Amino acid sequence: MERANTQAEQTSMQKEPKTGADLLVESLINEGVETIFGYPGGAALPIFDALYKAQNSFTQILARHEQGSIHAAEGYARVSGKPGVVIATSGPGATNLVTGIADAMIDSLPLIVITGQVAQGIIGTDAFQEVDVMGVTTPITKHNYQVRNVNDLPRIVKEAFHIATTGRPGPVLIDMPKDISAEVITNHLPKEVILDLPGYQPTIKPNPLQIKKLAEAIEQAKKPVILSGAGILFAKASEEIKTFAEKYSIPVASTLLGLGAFPGEHPLFLGMAGMHGTYAANTALYECDLLINIGARFDDRLTGNLASFAPNATVAHIDIDPAEIGKNVPTEIPIVSDAKEALTKLLAHNIQQPTHEDWLVRLHENRKEYPLWYNNPDSEMIGQWVIEKVYEATEGKAIVTTDVGQHQMWTAQFYKFNSPDRWVSSGGLGTMGFGFPAAIGAQLAKPEDTVVSIVGDGGFQMTLQELSILQERGLPVKVIIVNNQALGMVRQWQEAFYSERYSQSIFNIQPDFVKLAESYNVKGLKVTTQQEFIDALPEIFDYEGPVLVDARVIQQENVFPMIAPGKGLNEMIGVKP
Amino acid sequence: MKRIITATVRNRSGVLNRVTSLLQRRQFNIESISVGRTETEGMSKMTFVVDVEDYQKLEQVTKQLNKQIDVIKVSDISEKAIVARELALIKIVSNSQLRGEIQGIIDPFRASIIDISKDSISIQVTGKPEKIEALIELLKPFGIKELARTGVTALVRSQQPASNDSTLPSILG
Ligand SMILES: Cc1cc2nc3c(=O)[nH]c(=O)nc-3n(C[C@H](O)[C@H](O)[C@H](O)COP(=O)(O)OP(=O)(O)OC[C@H]3O[C@@H](n4cnc5c(N)ncnc54)[C@H](O)[C@@H]3O)c2cc1C
Ligand SMILES: Cc1ncc(C[n+]2csc(CCOP(=O)(O)OP(=O)(O)O)c2C)c(N)n1
Repeated sequence: MERANTQAEQTSMQKEPKTGADLLVESLINEGVETIFGYPGGAALPIFDALYKAQNSFTQILARHEQGSIHAAEGYARVSGKPGVVIATSGPGATNLVTGIADAMIDSLPLIVITGQVAQGIIGTDAFQEVDVMGVTTPITKHNYQVRNVNDLPRIVKEAFHIATTGRPGPVLIDMPKDISAEVITNHLPKEVILDLPGYQPTIKPNPLQIKKLAEAIEQAKKPVILSGAGILFAKASEEIKTFAEKYSIPVASTLLGLGAFPGEHPLFLGMAGMHGTYAANTALYECDLLINIGARFDDRLTGNLASFAPNATVAHIDIDPAEIGKNVPTEIPIVSDAKEALTKLLAHNIQQPTHEDWLVRLHENRKEYPLWYNNPDSEMIGQWVIEKVYEATEGKAIVTTDVGQHQMWTAQFYKFNSPDRWVSSGGLGTMGFGFPAAIGAQLAKPEDTVVSIVGDGGFQMTLQELSILQERGLPVKVIIVNNQALGMVRQWQEAFYSERYSQSIFNIQPDFVKLAESYNVKGLKVTTQQEFIDALPEIFDYEGPVLVDARVIQQENVFPMIAPGKGLNEMIGVKP
Repeated sequence: MKRIITATVRNRSGVLNRVTSLLQRRQFNIESISVGRTETEGMSKMTFVVDVEDYQKLEQVTKQLNKQIDVIKVSDISEKAIVARELALIKIVSNSQLRGEIQGIIDPFRASIIDISKDSISIQVTGKPEKIEALIELLKPFGIKELARTGVTALVRSQQPASNDSTLPSILG
């Protein structure tokens, strides 16, 4: 509020008339925005002019590509829990954001995306840099607005933040025609905006009857398991799930995006489930008689073939989005609620201590007998080993972002996340190019924390231009390229399912990543053996600034275990012999 | 199975596009849509006839519609006692000799002739979709030149049969 006043004073001191763009910026200040990821252009110039006047109010980050801006904003949102704010110009600026918007939508990340638009008078005439952004983004935003009247702006901004951050979070876009941004505001707008969204009332509290049903199911269960999803992270319910699981000795499997919600090294933790999940987690989901899904949307990478997903289980599903319940898996106990609220109610409920010793013993044996594994070569490196070393060097405390592919799966498997909000990865869209800019956003949100970005040599090349930001902002992000000189995940599938026909998946030419880093004033290291990597660890993690490591790994290494597409949880391949 | 779903929506720009784009994206088959203002200022009502495979899919339709910010209320009224009506305008080939015969056909449907020319005649009919289908069938032999239908719109009857009443009306009744 104080900042809002200074801002208002500044504007009045300059005696310049207030414009729609000023009003927009003022509204952003009122919402407590601290960091803005923007990229200017014609239709957005009035907005950037207003931002210039308010430059003391925000950290403004100029990425080198709008895709970089929006993935950085996603990384920022994921670790801070606050909405990431992105501003781009009309036409190509807006379309460059599309991948990031879709990514944020499917992974439920709160974003405020502001796009410039051509002036209202020429909308619909195929004007220069005009794109129907509303049409393009309607299916990939939680909601979107085109401002048609400058007086609506405070209300729209307020609604946008409310919608983006409450219920199931998601991206909200505001399209700002240039004439609206430039319009001089003459009338006095009311200070307080009242939210009026009768069609948007997320259910936060669980139905007591359903909680009772779940409590009874827990009492009866002989083989209960919890599936812990990203919803726990959004609900900030890590403490509650831990207390709950411990209280009733219920083992916990996690989704890819739920990692960190439950401690990775906890005795009740079975590991990640799904396509590249652990034997213990997948077997538990297959054999259980009660499946308690908390904040996971039963994605197909998690369930595998639905016909053999938890075939003998009573399914309970706690989710804030009613549409996720029963969408893929028939659900006997639907609980529409915030995960924290539901867990708190469950903990308060007097549940008789269930007895399922045999089940725990069996799962414990599975964990011990069939852990994640790899054959370590003598001196050369493989991805799994690299991740384990990074895990050890950072004592499991770093914020880790990944790109998409083999290195992503290895990180999920071998970096044991013990606390929430440390894990940043593109799950639902699997967006290559996400990992590195996301690390920039994460580092901006948590300047004191170690941020490691584990990327493939393929995906890194999609957004590497953002190395500029590291230099510009002195951000000490540690980039580790797990360099197999291939599109590894694609290569693996071609090996397994296309008779080793490596169509367009091997890189014969690559940049010199060390020189590349150096050209951005970032320290670059190339390591080719295990010994070199171990020797380099202090150079990477004790060094104050950003480092880029080109870690050369064996190309042929594959991610295991695996459930082939179309197969069920009980049909894993590559489990430790 | 065919279901009638109504959605009360806010008249904000693009709301129709939001709803249709959603139904299309999620592969819900829409048989008809009708939209119009309601008794409340700023609100419109959409009535959809959808064809869904099963209850799971049906539940998804209503839940996904409900998720839209500008959608205020969604009801599946298929199993309620309702009045459902549609209006159709049918232009058929005709001449002065045929007019009497046509009049005879449409009378029982309480349809009316709304335009006449030398070689054609336009008929207006309202009613349940089945009734309209039936009339169209009867008029086909004359040669239908043009057909325009509004899609179903519906109201829930004030008086509902007791919930255990097994003699529910046909869903398009
Ligand atoms: C190469 C690759 C391989 C993959 N392999 C796997 C795999 O082996 N295993 C795996 O699990 N995934 C895998 N994935 C990821 C997968 O595609 C999904 O992204 C992931 O399973 C989704 O996890 P989630 O349901 O926990 O999170 P989200 O998709 O983020 O869903 C979160 C859920 O929580 C709900 N929610 C939000 N807020 C709250 C709240 N406050 N309270 C309660 N509920 C809330 C939401 O409505 C939503 O239903 C892979 C992805 C890639 C790219
Ligand atoms: C934008 C985009 N294009 C294509 C893909 C398909 N894809 C998934 S993984 C992968 C290979 C990634 O290779 P790399 O970045 O080198 O990582 P690795 O698998 O080798 O660890 C590809 C091409 C994708 N996920 N995203």
